[in-house]
Amino acid sequence: MTKPPAVLLLPALAGVAFLLVPLAGLLVRAPWADLPRQLLSAEVGEALRLSLITASLATIVCLLLGVPLAWLLARGDLPGRGILRALITVPLVLPPVVGGVALLLVLGRRGLVGQYLDEWFGVTLPFTTTGVVLAEAFVAMPFLVISVEGALRAADPRFEEAAATLGASRWLTFRRVTLPSVMPGVVAGTVLCWARALGEFGATITFAGNFPGRTTTMPLAVYLALETDPDAAIVLSIVLLLVSIAVLAGLRDRWISGPT
Amino acid sequence: MRRLLAVVTALTLVGCAAKQPTTGEITVFAAASLTESFTKLGKDFEAKNPGAKVKFNFAGSSALAQQINQGAPVDVFASAAPANMKQVTDSGAVTASPATFVKNTLQIAVPKGNPGKVSGLADFGNPGLKIALCAEQVPCGAAAKKVFEAAKITAAPDTLEQDVKAVLTKVRLGEVDAALVYRTDVKSAGDSVEGKDFPEADKAVNEYPIAPLAKAPNAGAAKAFVDFVLSEQGRKVLAEAGFTAP
Repeated sequence: MTKPPAVLLLPALAGVAFLLVPLAGLLVRAPWADLPRQLLSAEVGEALRLSLITASLATIVCLLLGVPLAWLLARGDLPGRGILRALITVPLVLPPVVGGVALLLVLGRRGLVGQYLDEWFGVTLPFTTTGVVLAEAFVAMPFLVISVEGALRAADPRFEEAAATLGASRWLTFRRVTLPSVMPGVVAGTVLCWARALGEFGATITFAGNFPGRTTTMPLAVYLALETDPDAAIVLSIVLLLVSIAVLAGLRDRWISGPT
Repeated sequence: MRRLLAVVTALTLVGCAAKQPTTGEITVFAAASLTESFTKLGKDFEAKNPGAKVKFNFAGSSALAQQINQGAPVDVFASAAPANMKQVTDSGAVTASPATFVKNTLQIAVPKGNPGKVSGLADFGNPGLKIALCAEQVPCGAAAKKVFEAAKITAAPDTLEQDVKAVLTKVRLGEVDAALVYRTDVKSAGDSVEGKDFPEADKAVNEYPIAPLAKAPNAGAAKAFVDFVLSEQGRKVLAEAGFTAP
């Protein structure tokens, strides 16, 4: 390894400090003595449980819809594929709170679609746990789609062609050949998607509101606790930090080792 | 760095000595319920003091108090309740004694046409209705808690919002059947929201305090803006918005 020039090294170190010092600050300011009590408090447990459940459900929704969508983008022979890909990545760059407003206007009780859900089925989505799952899935799905599509593009299509020449149907080929070959991409996409859903704030608070045990997820609880009980906010933040680190550890083969 | 600091200090001192209190940018943190009236007051203030620029941050008073205590560079704080002003006087961020400039009371807000057929405070205990309230740490939520206690009603809210305008939005969009907001918010929403008075509203009258910050970056202008809010002209604007005099 060559010695890096100072003109690169100094900003690089500043970058490291910029990213890591705030996280270290969280640990320094943590009320360690009070931590067990805070962690076991009903509010934290409730918010954590709700977050884990909704993020997992949102991830399942994303898998069921996102993997076929990724396949369509990578393999499907449809016109305007580039435009479609650009459109479905919009939620990726859109501020989540805008996503929440959009969901409210479409799926709200007076929304374009929501009014019929209410009228015909008596179903209203805002202020419900289902609403939280929808908001999280809306924001997180592009992460999964992009990840799986990338894996599909990188996979060698000749295996699929070979399966087809051996008489396998396209569905069988997808299940037995395509999916196993892109499994690492699907797993990475799933983890990313889950982590994004877990951290979702803007769309959730806008579309699903805030009610403890029903729609108050961890990020909402952190934000609210900061106004009343900053120590509790720090504890909640540390829990989320640990979860994030666990996610990174799960992805270490893929990312942390980097290209070798 | 030290030289730069000296220059900045010198400039600040010159600025103070020159006594130009009502120019430059004034940052005002104000309760969400003051959105319309303070925006108007800001324009009037700028018209009266060419060279002054008033910037607002409207949010729940508890969020604002928190931001101020974390060192946000603010000139003036106007809270919707003394409790949130106390948070910043306790921390030393405000050392001047806050002045009460208006009072406000709650009103039941329902969407146009009253789809939930809400007639009074008792309907807030009906779990079949969609109900929005302010979270307890913001003044409108604390006031709501008081009126429910006075009326001996256990409310069944579906969401606890971060400031009164977020509650009002849910009513305007028709996403909830009823909410408790300030009477001034109902007025500001125009035709899209109907307001209903209820007798227990008198049990929770919110007094709004205003004060300049101890470390106001633009201290002279901060005081001038507070004086303007308390002036005859200021009171007139606030009264038009539906606030009552203290």
